[in-house]
Amino acid sequence: MTSPLLEVRDLQVAYGGIRAVKGIDLHVVPGELVALIGSNGAGKTTTLKTLAGLLHPASGQIQYAGKSLKNIAAHQRAAMGIALVPEGRGVFARMTVAENLLMGAYSRRDKIEIASDLARMYELFPRLAERRDQLAGTLSGGEQQMVAMARALMSRPRLLMLDEPSMGLAPLMVQKIFETIRDIAALGMSILLVEQNARLALQVAQRGYVMESGAITLSGAASELLGSDAVQRAYLGA
Amino acid sequence: MPNALKKFLKRGGKHQQRLAIGLMLGALLLLPFATDALLGRGWVRIVDFAMLYIMLALGLNIVVGYAGLLDLGYIAFFAVGAYCYALTGSPHLALAFPMAFPDGLHLSFWIVLPLAALVAGGFGVLLGAPTLRLRGDYLAIVTLGFGEIIRIFLNNLNAPVNLTNGPQGISRIDPVSVASVLLNSTQNIFGISLPSVHLYFYLFLAFTALVVFISQRLEKSRIGRAWMAIREDEIAASSMGINTRNLKLLAFAMGAMFGGASGALFAGFQGFVSPESFSLMESIMVLCMVVLGGMGNIAGVILGGVLLALLPEILRHIVVPLQQALFGKTLVDPESLRMLLFGTALIVMMLYRPAGLLPSRVRRRELDTDEAAEKV
Repeated sequence: MTSPLLEVRDLQVAYGGIRAVKGIDLHVVPGELVALIGSNGAGKTTTLKTLAGLLHPASGQIQYAGKSLKNIAAHQRAAMGIALVPEGRGVFARMTVAENLLMGAYSRRDKIEIASDLARMYELFPRLAERRDQLAGTLSGGEQQMVAMARALMSRPRLLMLDEPSMGLAPLMVQKIFETIRDIAALGMSILLVEQNARLALQVAQRGYVMESGAITLSGAASELLGSDAVQRAYLGA
Repeated sequence: MPNALKKFLKRGGKHQQRLAIGLMLGALLLLPFATDALLGRGWVRIVDFAMLYIMLALGLNIVVGYAGLLDLGYIAFFAVGAYCYALTGSPHLALAFPMAFPDGLHLSFWIVLPLAALVAGGFGVLLGAPTLRLRGDYLAIVTLGFGEIIRIFLNNLNAPVNLTNGPQGISRIDPVSVASVLLNSTQNIFGISLPSVHLYFYLFLAFTALVVFISQRLEKSRIGRAWMAIREDEIAASSMGINTRNLKLLAFAMGAMFGGASGALFAGFQGFVSPESFSLMESIMVLCMVVLGGMGNIAGVILGGVLLALLPEILRHIVVPLQQALFGKTLVDPESLRMLLFGTALIVMMLYRPAGLLPSRVRRRELDTDEAAEKV
C-alpha cells in the first residue's frame, strides 16, 4: 500500500469548551476520492477547516505528504498544495470569473503555466468560459460552485477538499457538479469530499467515513457503506 | 459628457491620454492664479486644504475601499503625523526637556516626513494587530475608540511632562523648506511672485500626485488583488494562499502612512496644531469623502474630497450674500445650512447612487448587471 498523502490521528477540535471533533482518524491515499459523510452538526466542516488550518486542533496529529502540519498557517498549507473549496462556495463576489480563477493561482509565479491552466479550466467548465467577464456574485449557485472548484484547481493542489458542494443547488446542477468531481478524480487528483448527500457522495467515492456527533462511527469501501444497513437506515432513508 | 470624453480617450489611445493628462496638469499648475483672479485671494488656501483632504481620503481608501476594513478613527494617523512634525520641528521640546533641547528640536521637514509616515504606520499596526479578528461594525467601534484615545492623549499629555502642550496645542512650527526656500514667505521664482499659499499649493500638488500614483500601482498589484480578495471573503482568501494577517496589517499600515505624511504637511502648512483639529467629525468627514465619491475608485475619492472640502466655503460665499440681498440679514448661518445640505446629499446619494458618484469599475458593473437582471 502506498503511503497516505493525508493522515489524521486522534484529531480533537473544540470551540471554547465544546468538543466538536472528538478524536478521529482518517487518511487519504494519493489519487483516491474519499467521502466524509454525516448529518448536520456531525463535525465534518470543522474537520475540513482544521485540515485547512483555519481552526486549531486541541490535540492530535495531521500528517501531509509525510510532514506534520502542526503550527503551519492556512496560507502556507495552501502553498503546500492543500486546496479548500469552502462551504457556501466563498467566491469573490465583486470580481469577475476570470479574476476569481486567477486568484486561485495567487501562490504560483509561473505565468505561462497559469495561462494554460486557465484555458484548461475553461475546457473543464465551458459554462465559466462563457461567463468569464461576469461578476462571480451574479452567477447562479451551481455556476458559483464551478468557480470555487476551478479556482481551487488553479492552485495545482495535491489534495482537494470540497465542503458540501451540493449545498443549495438544484438537483440537475447537483448531478452536474458530481460528474465534474468524478472527472477531476479521474485525472488522478486526491479528493476529500464532505457531503450531506450520502448516496451521491458514496457513489463517486472509493472509500468513505461516516461521522456522527464528532466521532467516526463507520468506515470502509464506498460500495460496502452504500450497501450497509446502518448507512441505509440513517442516511439513505431506505 | 464624461462618457463622450471616455470614448474619445479610448479611441485616441495612449497618445491622447497623455495629452489629456498633460492638459490637466497644466490647468492645475495655473489653478492658484485662476482662483486669485476669479474668486479672490483666500481661495488658494481653501484649495490647499482640499488637497490635504484628498490625500487623507486616498489613504483611507486603501483601508476601507481596497481591504474592506471599516475605519472610523482614521484622523488619528493624521494627528500622529502632525504632532510628529510639531514636536521635532518647533521650539516646543524646550518646554518638556530644557536640558536636552534648549532651543527645541528643529529637524528638517524632509527627515520628519518619512519619520511621521513611519510612526503613523507603526500606530496603524498597533491598531490593526488587536483587531485582526474583527470585521464590520465591531471593527468600526474599536477604530472609533482608537481615534478618540489618540485625541484624548494629545489633549492630556501636558503633564507630568509637557509633551503635547495639551489643549493649547503646539505653535511656531517651522515652515517647510524646499531646497532651502522657506515656503512661509513670498518668493520670486523666474520673475513670478509666488505667495506662501501658492508655494504650498505646488508642494501639495506634487504629494497628491505621488499619492495618486502609489494608489494606482497598489490597486493593480498582487497586494491590491489580495486586499480585494480579503474584502470579498477572508476564508477563501486564506485558502488561496493569501497571508490574511500580514496583508490586513499592511493595509492598516499603508493607510496610516498616507495619513501621517499628510499630517506632517498639515502641521508645516498651518504652523500650529491642537487636538481639536482631530475630532471624530473629521474622521467621519474623510470617510464620507471616500463613500460619496465611490469607494475603491481613485477618481471618485478625489471628487468626493474636492466636493466635501469646498462645499462649506462655497456655501459661505454664496449663502450669506444671497440672504443679505433677499432679506437684508442672515437668517440661516452657513455652518448649520452646511450640515443640513450635507445630510440631505447623503440621503439622496444612498437612494440614487448607492455606489458613489464615480463608482469603481467593479461596483458599476455589479449595479449594471443587477439592472440587466431586473429587465429580463
